[in-house]
Amino acid sequence: MTKRQITMKHFLSSAALALGLLVGTMPAHAEGESGLLKSGADVRDQASLQRGAKLFFNYCVGCHSLKYVRYSRISEDLGLSEQEVMQNLNFTGAKFDDPVISHMPAESAGKWFGKAPPDLSLEASAKSSDWVYTYLNTFYLDPHSPIGWNNTTLPNAAMPFPLWELQGMQTAEYKPGTNEVEKLELSKPGKLTPAQFQQATRDLTSFLEYASEPAALQRHHYGIWVLLFLAFFTLLAYMLKKEYWKDVH
Amino acid sequence: MANVFTNIGDWVTERAPNMMPMYRKHMTEYYAPKNFNLWYYFGSLAIVVLVNQIVTGIFLTMNYNPSAAGAFDSVQYIMRDVEWGWLIRYMHSTGASLFFVVVFLHMFRGIMYGSYKKPRELVWLLGMLIFLVLMAEAFMGYVLPWGNMSFWGAKVIVSLFGTIPVIGGTLVEWIMGDFLPADATLNRFFALHVIALPLVLLLLVVLHIAALHEVGSNNPDGVEIKKGPKGNRWDALKPADGIPFHPYYTVKDLFGVGFFLLIAAFIIFFAPTFGGWFLEHDNSIMANNLVTPAEIKPVWYFTPFYAIVRMVPSFLGTAVWGVLAMFGAIAVLFLMPWFDRGQVKSIRYRGTGYKVALGVFVIAFLGLGAVGAGITAEVIPEWFGNVDLTTWENAFGRLMTLLYFGFFAFLWAYTHFGWEKTKPVPDRVTMHD
Repeated sequence: MTKRQITMKHFLSSAALALGLLVGTMPAHAEGESGLLKSGADVRDQASLQRGAKLFFNYCVGCHSLKYVRYSRISEDLGLSEQEVMQNLNFTGAKFDDPVISHMPAESAGKWFGKAPPDLSLEASAKSSDWVYTYLNTFYLDPHSPIGWNNTTLPNAAMPFPLWELQGMQTAEYKPGTNEVEKLELSKPGKLTPAQFQQATRDLTSFLEYASEPAALQRHHYGIWVLLFLAFFTLLAYMLKKEYWKDVH
Repeated sequence: MANVFTNIGDWVTERAPNMMPMYRKHMTEYYAPKNFNLWYYFGSLAIVVLVNQIVTGIFLTMNYNPSAAGAFDSVQYIMRDVEWGWLIRYMHSTGASLFFVVVFLHMFRGIMYGSYKKPRELVWLLGMLIFLVLMAEAFMGYVLPWGNMSFWGAKVIVSLFGTIPVIGGTLVEWIMGDFLPADATLNRFFALHVIALPLVLLLLVVLHIAALHEVGSNNPDGVEIKKGPKGNRWDALKPADGIPFHPYYTVKDLFGVGFFLLIAAFIIFFAPTFGGWFLEHDNSIMANNLVTPAEIKPVWYFTPFYAIVRMVPSFLGTAVWGVLAMFGAIAVLFLMPWFDRGQVKSIRYRGTGYKVALGVFVIAFLGLGAVGAGITAEVIPEWFGNVDLTTWENAFGRLMTLLYFGFFAFLWAYTHFGWEKTKPVPDRVTMHD
């Protein structure tokens, strides 16, 4: 067997292994995600995270907690000073090292909405960023719903749309003769243009994705150096192997 | 300085005279065939992953709280507040999946080159025991984070024992210590996962390697180097085609480890959930016996076996057949050395029938995995439109189940009745690498 064939065979078996790993990356929940919009959220975009945090603390924290996230950690990870966080984001009088806990009493919330608003610390990893983004973009006015709002991503959602001032109001066009929503239309514009609103929900999604895994920032920060080190190590090991094996025929 | 080391060495040797001979027997004077190829990296890689699981596991144990009330929170504590906790946990969770990648490839290597055949049956049996314990270890470890998929996965898998006639119900309660997976279940799974099974696993690994070193390694040509010509550069009486494990295979494996860690690190740092395959979305929700996940399915490495349970229909008023078939799927692997009566070990010199059958076996295994992971449930409507999913999925899954077991039946008949036309096996190893 010639040297050339050996290399080819080597290459083929490596390629087969790589392919196996690639096939493994197919999304496990493709069915559920097929109808979702691409969020485009990026936790490495600090400005987006800061805007998203601002939205969260203005529109969401009234009902939803982030019980695993501390104000101090937000300050550290989002590049905000303690003063900025305490003045602009903390409206509940919590201490700097406290977790983000909503002031809404769970019992009354249960009475008001039919269920207590869930903690959102892990929402983005429990569903997916695309799901969160799509959910925030698919609220519509529904006269048949007890709260007046409905959502195509989570039908009969218990939450009235908190961002209606920003997006405006969407109404549904139904498939003829059915209750099935065919498409949503912006019937009354809000403070933001559709493009601005998409950016705002993208920022909010980024922030929730960050909240579900603050370690993502560290992963991205260190990952490349670890890979470079290992590539160098592997190269050295390869050269060492070549040297030792010179006399094996 | 060198003098100090020599003195310490002499001091130890005087008190433990068998240490150096043992080191030589297993390292510098263990002669392995010189023609190992890519497939021979996975044994040492399995050891690397095992060590990783033990070391990261120790650090996880320091911060994990094994209780139904505290487990889920403590995992988030590890992910957010423990210094480097996220890295330790991702190394452990990624390691679990890569353990199975490596072990599946290692087992496939054994099948492909006939490493289970005489005189290595004991090596194979010990390896199969390792695989069995590893599955129990992985299953219990998966329950510990106490996410919703942990809970429902545990409930479904433990319920399988409930199909056993008469004692089933009592057995399920006995395993869980409750009527549902609960605090008692979590506590005992923790004990089994962190101490009982790892001890058994370590013992079996030692025996697996000891048994291998008694008979010597097989190789891609399936040639016994001990029966070949004698005399190499190091020893006139040792096999001519053998090279000392250390340093030759230690440096080669070091390269393999580097390459493997490169892949592992990429996953750990850039795709730790691996698109929901290594860490599932539903496990970001705390265990809740009132909320059932949309689709309950085990982690990817159990899916082929889980599919067999689902595909075997119940009859005679009991569903135990599926469970028996699932355990049977592992039992037939144990019996590989006795199904295969052929004398030729390596696929390189075996008959076409064997090569085709092995290809079909791989397809059946992957096909069953696709059924168990719910891939067929997504793909069938996409490819074939509005068809009856259950009928189609059952037809496909049952065909794959038949092919899985058919491989062993075929292998027995093919070799027992002498239908196999083998190629001549060379006297010595051929260097392909």
